[in-house]
Amino acid sequence: MTARIVFTIAALTLQEAARRRVLRALAVLTVALLTLSAWGFSRLVEVEFDGSALTSGEARLVASQLLNLVMFGLSLIAALGTAFLAGPTLAGEIESGTALAILARPIRRQAVLLGKWLGLVAFGSGFVAMAGLAQFLIVWATTDYWPPQPVTGLALLAAQTAVLLTLGLLLSTAISPMASGIVAVGLFGATWIAGVVGGVGQALGNEGVAQVGTVSRMLLPTDGLWRGAMHAFQDPITLARFDGPALRGGFPFLSSASLTTAYLAWTGLWVVLVLGLAMASFRRRDL
Amino acid sequence: MEPMISDTAAAERLLAELPPAAAVWCSGLRKRYRRRTAVDDVSLTVGRGEVVGLLGPNGAGKTTVIKILLGLVRPDAGEALVLGHPARDPRARARVGYLPELFRYQPWLTASEVLALHVRLAGVAVPAQERRECLAAVGLADRARDRVGGFSKGMQQRLGLAVALVARPELVVLDEPTSALDPIGRADVRDLLLSLKARKVAVLLNSHLIGEVERVCDRVVILDRGQVAASGTLAELLGKRELRLRLGEVSAEAEARLAAVGRFTRSGDSFTVALPAAEDSASVPDLVADLVGLGVRVHAVEPARISLEDRLLDILRADDGGDRS
Repeated sequence: MTARIVFTIAALTLQEAARRRVLRALAVLTVALLTLSAWGFSRLVEVEFDGSALTSGEARLVASQLLNLVMFGLSLIAALGTAFLAGPTLAGEIESGTALAILARPIRRQAVLLGKWLGLVAFGSGFVAMAGLAQFLIVWATTDYWPPQPVTGLALLAAQTAVLLTLGLLLSTAISPMASGIVAVGLFGATWIAGVVGGVGQALGNEGVAQVGTVSRMLLPTDGLWRGAMHAFQDPITLARFDGPALRGGFPFLSSASLTTAYLAWTGLWVVLVLGLAMASFRRRDL
Repeated sequence: MEPMISDTAAAERLLAELPPAAAVWCSGLRKRYRRRTAVDDVSLTVGRGEVVGLLGPNGAGKTTVIKILLGLVRPDAGEALVLGHPARDPRARARVGYLPELFRYQPWLTASEVLALHVRLAGVAVPAQERRECLAAVGLADRARDRVGGFSKGMQQRLGLAVALVARPELVVLDEPTSALDPIGRADVRDLLLSLKARKVAVLLNSHLIGEVERVCDRVVILDRGQVAASGTLAELLGKRELRLRLGEVSAEAEARLAAVGRFTRSGDSFTVALPAAEDSASVPDLVADLVGLGVRVHAVEPARISLEDRLLDILRADDGGDRS
């Protein structure tokens, strides 16, 4: 009974994403980024530094970094896209009155929220998988580099999107559609910066500064998941040969360690908690 | 044990024999928004198959009462049952159709997709043919495949009516169903309401258009400042009726005969007699026969009904006066 409602709303959310302009904007941004990266990677092979071409090891390291950089762009597009879908889909429907007719049906609000979440997660994951795969193929065709754990990496990126849109949904049960999107993306950016700051602290051996990254990664797991995804995309053998402070966290587009099971479990718990909070807040809301 | 069993059986029989629960029953509803009291001790009932009009000035709390009944707003106090279930329970809305005052439907869906969605959410199997008929009933048959985003306000309201009616409801709640409609649309809504009435579907209708309410409603509840100012059948509310007469050659005896019916006023040859609330059908012809018998020349006899509008204004103004004193 409730499952039917959840899947109906999930399908409706996907349909909304597919029919609204958000999808077209996402597609345009993605194609632009992919084209740009295809051009960049093809130049990388020909380029000469200090009068000599890159060794194959150097080329792989640079490709790793560049891949991470482009994937960061993609994850940013995914995050922006879903955050700006998650806000309007709930807060916007409450504001416009669309929610009145829907919620006057014999359904629980929790089922509606869960359905929306599921639909958005499916949309975000689908986007990450498609765009990520396209990017891998571009890198492979231009520099002959294939990431060591492509599936894990993409799954972590999808998880990052899920985390952010869960936050967006929670915000949209309480504040206006635009504000919820902006706050979600703002927090996402802040966590990333905190992660970079923490990395610098780590590289300099400053415990206090390093803590900044650790704490922010617990509060909002997007940056932690992103670092795990980067780790899955880069070539471990090449990286080991170029050991240095960059690998200890100082460089934002390289990551030294894969994620622990405990962190992944915390991320799962975080999503469940925030979604539960969103349900509680939505259930009590007067429409 | 024996008497226990027979007691249970008797109780079950008693329950089975009870008439079905009212379409809407609520008691002592209260709702405050911050410092403003929107609903203050509202109790009302809508019987099965009954059409009840909710009247009152802007901000009287009509929409809030409706939203409480549909579980969209949580009351601070009071109880509400819809089709026999507590209003908070989603099952209460299983056979309820609702057109909100603020109506808007997914602009990226077509009209027929909106209906299909609501049928699925209601958990009722309504064949496509019936859904098409429902769209046709509100005059949207040829727009079924168009996206709602391109609809005018009036067309969206028509779609809202179809949404309210599509899942075979036993109770229909319409909040200002004609606010965006032209006169033809209003007439259509009136016909729809009458057909619901004929099919014994209960209706709770909130409307500013008193004429509309007067024509279709069995009962009226008047809200003012969150409270029930008056309620009753139209006959009860409009109980005060008058008879206007134009008479010639009125003797003192004839005046006494008029006074026997009720208080009367005279200006020239025009007489206005207040008729008693429980008036029997013979009193007017009897009066006319007696007047003729007394030698009075009767030029005109015209029953005058006090309109619901006059009565509503009376009640609201009386409320106002009461507050000021």
